[in-house]
Amino acid sequence: MTKEQKRLSHIKKRYRQETTFRIMSVSAIILASAFLIFFLVDISRTGYTALYQTEIQTEVTYSEKTIKFTHLAVPKELNRLVSRGYTRLIPREVEANPELMGQTVERWIIADDEVDQYIKGKPNRLKDKQIEIIDRLKDENKIRKAFNTGFFTRGDSKLPEIAGIFSAAIGSLYVLFLTMLFSVPIGIMTAVYLEEFAPDNWFTRVIEVNINNLAAIPSILFGLLGLAIFINFFGVPRSSALAGGLTLALMTLPVIIISTRVALSSVPDSIRQGAQGVGASPWQVVWHHILPLSLPGILTGFIIGIARAMGETAPLLIIGMLAYIPEAPGSITDAATVLPAQIYTWSSTSLRAYTERTALGIMVLLSVLLMLNAAAVIIRNKFERKW
Amino acid sequence: MKKLLVLTLAAGLMALTTFAAHARDQIRIVGSSTVYPFASYVAEEFGATTGNPTPIIESTGSGGGHKLFSQGVDLNTPDITNSSRRMKTSEFDKNMDAGVKKIVEVVIGYDGIAVAFNNSNPDINLTRKDITLAVAEEVPVNGKLVPNPYKNWNEINSSLPNRPILIYGPPTSSGTRDAFEELVMEATTKKMAGYGNKKYKKIRQDGLYVPAGENDNLIVQKLAKDKEAFGIFGYSFLEENSDRLKGAMVDGVKPVPAKISSGEYPVSRSLFFYVKVDHLSKVDGLEEFVDMFLSEMMIGTDGLLKSIGLIPLPADERDALRARWEKRQLLTKADLAH
Repeated sequence: MTKEQKRLSHIKKRYRQETTFRIMSVSAIILASAFLIFFLVDISRTGYTALYQTEIQTEVTYSEKTIKFTHLAVPKELNRLVSRGYTRLIPREVEANPELMGQTVERWIIADDEVDQYIKGKPNRLKDKQIEIIDRLKDENKIRKAFNTGFFTRGDSKLPEIAGIFSAAIGSLYVLFLTMLFSVPIGIMTAVYLEEFAPDNWFTRVIEVNINNLAAIPSILFGLLGLAIFINFFGVPRSSALAGGLTLALMTLPVIIISTRVALSSVPDSIRQGAQGVGASPWQVVWHHILPLSLPGILTGFIIGIARAMGETAPLLIIGMLAYIPEAPGSITDAATVLPAQIYTWSSTSLRAYTERTALGIMVLLSVLLMLNAAAVIIRNKFERKW
Repeated sequence: MKKLLVLTLAAGLMALTTFAAHARDQIRIVGSSTVYPFASYVAEEFGATTGNPTPIIESTGSGGGHKLFSQGVDLNTPDITNSSRRMKTSEFDKNMDAGVKKIVEVVIGYDGIAVAFNNSNPDINLTRKDITLAVAEEVPVNGKLVPNPYKNWNEINSSLPNRPILIYGPPTSSGTRDAFEELVMEATTKKMAGYGNKKYKKIRQDGLYVPAGENDNLIVQKLAKDKEAFGIFGYSFLEENSDRLKGAMVDGVKPVPAKISSGEYPVSRSLFFYVKVDHLSKVDGLEEFVDMFLSEMMIGTDGLLKSIGLIPLPADERDALRARWEKRQLLTKADLAH
């Protein structure tokens, strides 16, 4: 082989390497997106049916007898086909509207989950006789599928047909609000101090290393920390939104500190020097110039931290928030649960009717996270400055 | 920024002051994940129909529940702990040491543990010995315990099909696993000379028994795809998935409610909860909650809990149970000894 041929084959080899590398990178991307698309399609296909809920039209009788034995309020053949979530509330309904007593009213009532599963063409445990009744009702147009508003306005339930995400969503709001309240001011102050004021000595360097470490430790450890400090030591009520907010604030803190420091350090020194040159004190430099200029970066980090806190369940398991809590919290010390915890509880129940609800819950959670992340991107693109 | 600071301080102060004295109007329950669906069903009914706040129920596992329960009689501790096995005497002692002297034990019904498989297969009858030999880490061969060599069911017993052994089951943290080890493995091995007539409960770790996580739905999904495999989980999951799975007969008995409640189906266990008597007068609605739980409407033969997979107690046992609760008959160590 001549020198020239050697050189050519070497070039060819380099080109080949490049092509292989490209193919591998592209296939990695394709693989990742394929997984994502598969997941999204699968979830949406399972979940969209939960947007509709079967209802049955029937007459409801309000009398002394039906208040005592509420399942008798509907015609006998239907009493296992309508949801207990409706009939058990009849005594209270009469209490609120006494004029109903002694009347028979035509109503659309939520059907039992088995009926709903049958109407949606899914596996169910209905008996042949019951199926006959349902088919007959269908011919009489006494069965309809209505938009499932209950999913967004009700709390968790053991009756799948009336289970919703409302209380978990409110719980998430409470927890996230408290997380922000505790982590944002402390996080930003810490970052400003470390970046702008602190002397560079071994002590601040130890703190720095520790903060970076904290950002990387598994979230469940924060749960154990929260249990030990907030619940066992300070006596914060178990399962409360406050306990959750404080614990997640601990978890979010390092993320906020790190991203704030990055945002602060990206402000060029010329700004600092300029401000100092016209006589600004260090405090004024930070307050008037550095902080406003780094705000977009801080906000981005903050949103990403919050998005992470929103999807977190592991630390909340330890402090008792993975529980059956169907009522929305009214104060920060009330017991609360959060969206991902709700999804997890549904996914582990035996009733098949929860499958579609789990999927719809995931869709809701994903959309919220997507919105948060989109907000982070928009803020960054809109306000980011190139120096 | 200033506002945020003020808010933080205010919230901090509030946090320190609000829960100094915290009398409770909401029941707190912890414990077994097997009992959890039943307890939360009753809790929901209780909240919806009586106007009391809905009890909070945490699914901590039986052991975790007993641990929280036995912390003392302080109102920060749970009022009830659910358990998919009986309280251990060690747990009872811990309660006594912590001042929880008065406990009432309640049995709510049964739960069968099914050995299930894809329903495209013909019915199969397994003895508890077959199952033990399929999952044990060591089995007796020629009078000696050797690492489990069985890879196929027909190697254990020639009447069984020629199918590779692959079993998805609960992980060590699960109460179902405890019950399976006790009711299947220990019950068999203590009568087998090959194990020296001693209880043996080590499960093989060579990949043929797959601990599939606490979520039984995962096992169900595996079995729906993998037609050869078996799965071990609670009966309610089998019932709910009867369109795609079926349960193996164990010692010739099918896992059906009647046979589980009569005790003929050998792999069944009682489900319990324990009430802290000291809390009865201090927590609003606690007595009414237990009353509702024990009512015929809930745990009766046609009770609401049956529709979500609980296997009811026989009628006379339900009456005896209610009588014990009415008297607030306390649990003693002697009760737990046998």
